[in-house]
Amino acid sequence: MIPLHHYLLVSAGLFILGIAGVLLRRNALIIYMSLEMILNASNLALVAFSRYNGDLNGQIFVFFIIAVAAAEVAVGLAIIVALFRLKQTTRVSDLTTLKL
Amino acid sequence: MLLWIILLTPLISFALISLLYLKRPACAACISIGTAVINAGLTVYAVAEGAINRAPTISGLSEGVMNHAPTAEGTMNRTPVITWLSVGDLHIEIGLLWDHLSQLMLLIVTCVGALIHIYSWGYMRGDPGKGRYFAFLSLFMFSMLGIVLAGNFVMMFIFWELVGLSSYLLIGFWFEKPNAVEAGKKAFIVNRIGDFGFMLGIILVWHIWGTVDFQALASNAGQLLSQHQTSDYFWIPLRLVALLLFCGAVGKSAQFPLHVWLPDAMEGPTPVSALIHAATMVAAGVYMLCRIFFLLSLSSTALTVIAWTGGITALLAALWAIAQDDIKRILACSTLSQLGYMVMAVGLMGPVPAMFHLSTHAFFKALLFLAAGSVIVALHHEQNIWRMGGLRSRMPWTCGALIVGLAALCGIPFFSGALSKDEILMLALRENKPLFAIAACTAFLTAFYMGRLFMVVFLGDARGEEAGRARENGPVMLIPLCILALCSVSWVWPTTLIDESLKFIGGFQRVHTSAGIHFLLVLIPFMGLAAAFGMYRNQRVDVLATLAPRLRNLLASRFCFDELYAAWVQRIQGAGAECLRLVDEWIVDRLCVKGVSLVILCSGNAFRCFQTGNLQTYVILLGFGLVGLIYWVLFR
Repeated sequence: MIPLHHYLLVSAGLFILGIAGVLLRRNALIIYMSLEMILNASNLALVAFSRYNGDLNGQIFVFFIIAVAAAEVAVGLAIIVALFRLKQTTRVSDLTTLKL
Repeated sequence: MLLWIILLTPLISFALISLLYLKRPACAACISIGTAVINAGLTVYAVAEGAINRAPTISGLSEGVMNHAPTAEGTMNRTPVITWLSVGDLHIEIGLLWDHLSQLMLLIVTCVGALIHIYSWGYMRGDPGKGRYFAFLSLFMFSMLGIVLAGNFVMMFIFWELVGLSSYLLIGFWFEKPNAVEAGKKAFIVNRIGDFGFMLGIILVWHIWGTVDFQALASNAGQLLSQHQTSDYFWIPLRLVALLLFCGAVGKSAQFPLHVWLPDAMEGPTPVSALIHAATMVAAGVYMLCRIFFLLSLSSTALTVIAWTGGITALLAALWAIAQDDIKRILACSTLSQLGYMVMAVGLMGPVPAMFHLSTHAFFKALLFLAAGSVIVALHHEQNIWRMGGLRSRMPWTCGALIVGLAALCGIPFFSGALSKDEILMLALRENKPLFAIAACTAFLTAFYMGRLFMVVFLGDARGEEAGRARENGPVMLIPLCILALCSVSWVWPTTLIDESLKFIGGFQRVHTSAGIHFLLVLIPFMGLAAAFGMYRNQRVDVLATLAPRLRNLLASRFCFDELYAAWVQRIQGAGAECLRLVDEWIVDRLCVKGVSLVILCSGNAFRCFQTGNLQTYVILLGFGLVGLIYWVLFR
């Protein structure tokens, strides 16, 4: 039996990798993948807690998160494709139209 | 229904004239005069019908003690009521009041009004602004009828302001004359001071009694008062309420501290002076005091103040009238003085004599003004009495009318003024001896200055070119004069009218005094006339100016009240305004307005640094924010 804190350490590592990816990478697609990694880090933590506590609530959460993440991927990828068609780039440092 | 018609027809006339017929003076005059005459007819009909059906008397009080006797249904007849405003427990209804007091006042306003409308046709002949004049006159009639018929304080206040407006418009009717414009402004501003007090009084009435309706107040002012006596906010002294309400009358009826506007208001056309500034509007203050007498009588201090204000006004104005040279200003001072009599009578617990004097005064003072107007027209707008003279033979009808008015004003027996003035004097004798002395002096002075006016204007030789060529005016101006002259004779005012119909406040006993006092009262005006005759017979210049020039100057400037007020406004209020200007400029403008904008500008510039447009910067900031928030939630 692998103890709980191993799971949590892996989960935290994944989360930090994800955050670092979101903050540091320039490519929107990579940032998107990092975002998915953050979600999955939390999924892992939830499943671990669920097993540890012996009730299924956490796993039900995870199912919801996976479903929502799938929908989000569909929308997000479509946005990135549309963005690429419009600007011919996916580098976020080039996409600064939020600044007036 | 009839009452609504009477009230609204002048408004319709005003609207018609001002929208359609401003450029067609003949039509405008026809509409306005027609409305006024029809209104007078309708009023006579309504009052007669009421008299036949024995209209009920108003709820009453006698000798200042509240008695709740006639508070049954229908003590005051009210026409159907429209709720106009309902805020919290304040319900303001547009309702008309129909009792003896409003009947009497309505008769005066519509009858005098109709005669003056007819007279205006002659007086304003050839004036380019005739259409405008009649429009304003109709507006005034509407507002005045509104005051008379108003069923509650708020409605009365609305119409109170409306008469102020129409008075302003008509005083400044000849707006190309700077004096007229100034006089209009002065009247309006001085009235505002009084009206402000009146408004505060109305608010306090609502605060204390919870209603502003005259009927509700009249029937149970005392009861409601005792209910509220235990509650927290019964710290407002009743005398304050009464005196604030009196402020309104002080402004409108031009009583002592606020009297300055009335002599200047004579810049308007003479029929306007007759209608607004002698017969009706200035009497509205006295009418209002009688209407709310049940409130005033709750405080004896207030009554004393009212009586003395009236007495002082009466005496001062009579003194000023002696030294005025303008025929209309003499009459204006006389109006002030007579209004002082009425206010004094109210203050001496005698609203009945006050209303009675108001009625007779409305007719004979309108008569005097119209006669003066007739002289002014005949002399092509010459108003200085020292350039008149010898008009007796040239204008016999006007002269006759003026003699009747003069006799009525002085209180010579067999003329209407004698009845009402003696009533007031005897009341003063019974209630307050010093005030009786003042009132008797005033009566003497009244006869004196009226004798002077008559002597200088109608007797002697013509002292001006115009006076030598004066001719009598046409019948359109003389007929109203004759009718008003008829109304100034005592047999038109049967004593039954005083005894029966004027008991609208109930329980007022006529004062009976000894024969000696009666003899004195009859003697006083003759003494005044004799003195004037001795002094001014065949004088070509003002004899007072040679006898006592400084006294004359003091009187002619009306004790320099205008100058005093001007100095007050310039020095004290001007300094205050300058301080406020500095506060406005430095604290409000510089510190508050510009300071706030500066802070916002700077912080905006600082926060601009955070907006890079780079997604990842935002994420970092969001992350820091989130961490901060979590820290704040968890560890605080």
